[in-house]
Amino acid sequence: MAPPLIEVEHIAKVYRMGDVDVHALRDVSLTICDGESVAVMGPSGSGKSTLMNILGCLDRPTSGTYRLLGQEVSRMDRNALARVRNRTLGFVFQSFNLLARTSALENVELPLLYAGISGRERHKRSREALERVGLGDRIHHHPNQMSGGQQQRVAIARALVSRPRLMVADEPTGNLDSRTSVEIMALFQELGRSGITLLLVTHEPDIAAYASRVVVMRDGLVQSDRTQTPQVADVAAATAEAAAAGIR
Amino acid sequence: MNPLQIFRVALRALLRNKMRSFLTTLGIIIGVGAVIAMVAIGEGAKARVAEAFSSMGSNILIVLSGSTTAGGQRGGFGSMPTLTWDDLKAMRSEASAVRYATPQLRATAPVISEDQNWATSINGISPEFFQIRDWAIRLGTSINQSDIEGGTKVVVLGQTVVENLFGPSADPVGQSVRIKKIPFQVVGVLARKGQSPMGQDYDDGVYMPYTTFQAKIQGGLQKFIAGSIMVSAASTDDLPRAEKQIGNLLRDRHHIAIGGDDDFSIRNLTEMANAQQEGVGTITKLLLWIAAVSLLVGGIGIMNIMLVSVTERTREIGIRMAVGARPRDVLTQFLVEALTLALFGGVFGIAVGVAVEQLVAHYTGWPTLLRPDIIVVAVLFSGLVGVVFGLYPAQKAARLDPIDALRFE
Repeated sequence: MAPPLIEVEHIAKVYRMGDVDVHALRDVSLTICDGESVAVMGPSGSGKSTLMNILGCLDRPTSGTYRLLGQEVSRMDRNALARVRNRTLGFVFQSFNLLARTSALENVELPLLYAGISGRERHKRSREALERVGLGDRIHHHPNQMSGGQQQRVAIARALVSRPRLMVADEPTGNLDSRTSVEIMALFQELGRSGITLLLVTHEPDIAAYASRVVVMRDGLVQSDRTQTPQVADVAAATAEAAAAGIR
Repeated sequence: MNPLQIFRVALRALLRNKMRSFLTTLGIIIGVGAVIAMVAIGEGAKARVAEAFSSMGSNILIVLSGSTTAGGQRGGFGSMPTLTWDDLKAMRSEASAVRYATPQLRATAPVISEDQNWATSINGISPEFFQIRDWAIRLGTSINQSDIEGGTKVVVLGQTVVENLFGPSADPVGQSVRIKKIPFQVVGVLARKGQSPMGQDYDDGVYMPYTTFQAKIQGGLQKFIAGSIMVSAASTDDLPRAEKQIGNLLRDRHHIAIGGDDDFSIRNLTEMANAQQEGVGTITKLLLWIAAVSLLVGGIGIMNIMLVSVTERTREIGIRMAVGARPRDVLTQFLVEALTLALFGGVFGIAVGVAVEQLVAHYTGWPTLLRPDIIVVAVLFSGLVGVVFGLYPAQKAARLDPIDALRFE
C-alpha cells in the first residue's frame, strides 16, 4: 500500500520569546491521505498556523517526525525544504502574496522558474494554469488591476502550476466577500476532484463545511478530528443570495 | 534559474527605482571615470616628457673636462681643459659601446645678416652631432666630413636664428652671415625642435665644423678640447657600459691612479629623463589612489542601497521562498543586482572617463593616451566592488526565515 500523503507523529513546536518558552504545538499526530480535503480550525493561538507552516515545509518541528509522501522532512535543511515546497506543495495565502508590478503570467511562472523549467514550457504551463482558474483573458494584468477574487485565483494558479500533490491554503477566503468565497471554494473542490489534497486553515465554519474532514485545534493539541460529507459549493445559489441581499 | 533569467529579474528590480539606481551607481561612475581620465592624462604627460627628452637626443652621455684650482678656488667641471682630441679619437675607436662622439665647442657671439643681427650660441661640432641629438635638417644639407677636414666656412642655422635674421618663412640657404666679421655660407636649416625640459630653446643656435670654430672663432688650434664631448651609446641598454668604458679609457689615458680624483665628469641625460618620468608616475599613482578611494565609497553606496532594498522587499523574498526559491537563489539574485549596479557604473564610468579625457585634450591641448588595459581593469574592479559590497546584503536576504518574511509588513 502506498504511504499516506502526510504522516505526523507527536510533533511539538516551542518558540522562545525572551525568557518564556511558548508551546505553540504540544503533541500533534495526524495522518492525511491522498485526495482528502482537510479544514484546520481553531481560535487564534491554538497552533493551527504553526501546524500549517510545518506541514507546508516552511518551518520545522522542535520534536516529533513528519513524513511527506513517505519522506522524512522534519530534519531536512533549508535547501531541501525549498525543493519540497517547489515540487510537492502549493501555497495560497489570505493576503494573496502576489508580486506587485508583475503580470499574472509572470507571477504564475515563478515556481517553474525556480524549478529550472525552460521558457516555452514555462509559458505554456502557466497559461494553462491561469485558464484553469478562469483567468485566461487576464494573463497580462497586474495584481493592482484585478479584484480580490481574481488575485486569489492567480495565487491558486501559481500554486497549481508546479502540479503539486498538496495544496496548503491559509485563510484563503479571509479577505474576500461571501459570494467570491464560494467561488474560490468551488475552485478548490474542483481541484480536489482532480486528485489534489487540500489543507485549509480557516476559522469560518461556513468554509470548513466544504471540506471532507475537520480538525479542530486548541492550545497546541488536536481537540477533535471528524470526517463529514462536504457541502457542495454552489456558485449560482451564492450569486442569487448575494443579489437578493443587494435588493433587500 | 539560468544566468540570463537572474539578470533579467535583477534588471527589472533596478529599473523599478531608476533614479535611486542611477544615484547609487554615481559613486562607481565617478570612480571609474576618474581612473580612466587620470591614467589617460598621466600617460599623456609621460609621453610628453619622453618626447621632450628625446629631442635632447637619445642615449646621450656628456663628457666634461676637469676643474681648475686657482688660489684655493675650484672652477667646477669644464673650467680646465683636460680632454684632448686624442681622447676623442680613442673614444671613437676603443670604446665599443660608443656609437657616435662629437666635440662641442661653444661661444656666444652676434650673427649678422644683410639687415639684421642676433646674438646666439655658436657651436663647433662634427657631423655626428646631428645623429647623436637626432636632429633633422629641414632645408639644405648638413655639415660633412670634408667641411671638417677643410675647415670650410659653412654654418647650419637653428630655426629661431633664421626667423630673427631672415624672417619667419625665409629660405636662407646659399646666403651668407657674418660672425666676428668673417662671412660664413648658410648650407642648411634645422627642423624645429621646441624647448628643452628646462625651457632652453633648441632652435636658437648656429652650428659649424669644429675645425672652422677653432680657427675662426676660438683662435688657434690646441691640443685640448675647449668644450665638452657628446657621446651616444649604441642603445639605451649600452649606456651604462659606454659610461664605464669612457671612464676607464680616460682614467687610463690621463694616468689617474686607482682611487684618485677624475679630471673629467660624465653626465647621463637619460637619468634625468627617467627622474622626470618617475615624477609623473608618482602623480599618476596618487591620482589612482584617489580614484580607488572613490570606487570604495561607491561600493559602500551600493551596499547601503542593497540593504534598504532587502528590507523593502522582505515580503517578496518570503513569497519567492514559499514557492521554492532556495537560500542560494535569493543570494544570487541580490548579488547579481549589486553586480549589475556596479557594472553599469563601470560602463557609464568609461564613457565619462573618455569624455573627460577628450575634453581635457581639446581645451588644454595636453596630450592624453587612453589605456585599454586600464579600462578592462576598471570594469573588473567595479565588478569586484559590486560583489564584495553586495555580499553582505545578499546574505542577509538569503538568511531570512520564510515565515517571518511572509509576515513582514
